[in-house]
Amino acid sequence: MNRLTWRRTVNAVMSVVTALCALAAVTPLLFVLGFLTVKGASSINWAFLTQLPKPTGEVGGGMANAIAGSGQLLLLAALFGVPLGVLGGIYLSEFGGWAVPLLVRYAADLLVSVPSIVIGIFAYAVVVVRMGHFSALAGGFALGVMLLPIVVTNTEQFLRTVPVWLREGSLALGAGQWKTIVSVVIPACMQGIATGILLALARVAGETAPLLFTALNNSYWARGWQQPVASLPVMIYEYALSPYEDYHRQAWAAALILLALVLLVNVLSRLVLARRMASRRAA
Amino acid sequence: MATSNTAAAGVPPRTRPERWKWLGGTRGVDLIARLVTLAAALSVLVVMVWLVIELWQRSTLSRHQFGFHFLVDRFWDPVFGHFGALPFVYGTLVTAAVAMVISVPLGVGAAIFLAELAPRGLSDALTFLVELLAAVPSVVFGLVGIFVVIPWVRTSFGPFLKTVFGFIPLFQGPVYGGGLLTAGLVLAIMVLPFIVSISREILLSVPVELREGALALGSTHWEATWKVVMPTARTGILGSIFLALARALGETMAVTMVIGGTPQISASLFAPGYSIAAVIADQFTEATGDLYLQSLVELGLVLLGITVVLHAVARVLVRATTEKARGAA
Repeated sequence: MNRLTWRRTVNAVMSVVTALCALAAVTPLLFVLGFLTVKGASSINWAFLTQLPKPTGEVGGGMANAIAGSGQLLLLAALFGVPLGVLGGIYLSEFGGWAVPLLVRYAADLLVSVPSIVIGIFAYAVVVVRMGHFSALAGGFALGVMLLPIVVTNTEQFLRTVPVWLREGSLALGAGQWKTIVSVVIPACMQGIATGILLALARVAGETAPLLFTALNNSYWARGWQQPVASLPVMIYEYALSPYEDYHRQAWAAALILLALVLLVNVLSRLVLARRMASRRAA
Repeated sequence: MATSNTAAAGVPPRTRPERWKWLGGTRGVDLIARLVTLAAALSVLVVMVWLVIELWQRSTLSRHQFGFHFLVDRFWDPVFGHFGALPFVYGTLVTAAVAMVISVPLGVGAAIFLAELAPRGLSDALTFLVELLAAVPSVVFGLVGIFVVIPWVRTSFGPFLKTVFGFIPLFQGPVYGGGLLTAGLVLAIMVLPFIVSISREILLSVPVELREGALALGSTHWEATWKVVMPTARTGILGSIFLALARALGETMAVTMVIGGTPQISASLFAPGYSIAAVIADQFTEATGDLYLQSLVELGLVLLGITVVLHAVARVLVRATTEKARGAA
């Protein structure tokens, strides 16, 4: 084999090898989706969506309280993380000087990288210990802490995509800086900011570790914000580790619902963002 | 795209003219807005610092009692109030190592294919799927791990490894299913998307001219990729690997569900073990007594330290490469 044939062979072989790597990187998603659909779809029914869990060992019942609980926790997280995050992002992009944005960006980077279980310990120390008991508030706080840095970073990035001449136009017409931000800059990238928030919510919606010792779990409807509350991820975890066949079935069903919601939000928002980018490139 | 170092290269342009500073101060509303948003921005900083302080204070007892010996003590015995972190440190490092051994070659290979060799449409579609994989919640991986991966390791993969590599101590002993190897496998799948998507972006940031130059000199696509593009992108790819490693070390739920939950140090990968994150998740609510709880918090502190340092290093590496590539363009 001469030198050129050898080089071409190497080229062909490596193309195939790397293509197989790419294939291997995609297959797990298909496997996960496949298993969840096969094992979970048959267990999703009206009772599963509307009933409370049956006492341990009894067949039947559902996860209505966990679905509502997840919603409750996400609402709390959003109340804590979204306003702070959006305002913080506005500061970084519109007001910030040099030192504060640098520090805040760095802190946001670090906070995103903190393992979720450590966030759980933090929320336990800050809320659970002080209140004296587990509660939805503690869980919401934990998820909010995870949400905050993501929202800050996203918001800043989207604000920065707004061209400077829009701001200059508004200022030239006599509007103040805040007026400019609220009525010109934010409307110009509202869709992006909202999508970023949705993506961040989808990400924390699947978190289990920060809830284990903050929101704990609850077999009934949570009464108010001061009670422990059930959530889909924690239910999946506990049911999966239980020895009952019927609980396993329900864990699969809950996982399918959770994954479907998370993936749906991801797919839709990525489509929206892609279209936005495309229209900007065309402009 | 790569012909100039202006806005086209993907750097968001600084959009705030300097003279705004004057306008901001002239109006009451603007001043209030500036202060309120400043407070919101600082909240991120406050939370991060608060988190460290809170963990530091709540592990005082354990830190004073055990000192640095905590990290190298191999006995974790809640009944006698003796706490050593070594089994968990060991489990964390071994599972992460297994994950990296599998995911690094696969991930970098996939990134090379997606960035350099695949047609654009195919590359975009596959990248989309890989990024969706990153969105799958950890507990879902845990569920699939318990009911699919564990049985598979017990009945086919484990025995296979044993017959082929059985002479190495790593692959000896009984195969239970749940254990260090299984946790490593699940982790590998979970961190793969991070390596693929970040490495791909790093590769795409390498200037086209470099490739064109290599191709014009008569090299094949693979040679252009391996001998010209890869050396330029090496630091950044290393950064993506560090990011994935930080993820693997801090990952909790999936590992907790498949690692077996036994605080022991065993040469065999088939043996059940424990990771730092897993022991916190498992034992935090049932920890009785201050020392027990504080030891778990100290474990959290250790985990926080490791992942934050790794993450910081990774960021620097990734940024250095993308900026170098931009400067070269």
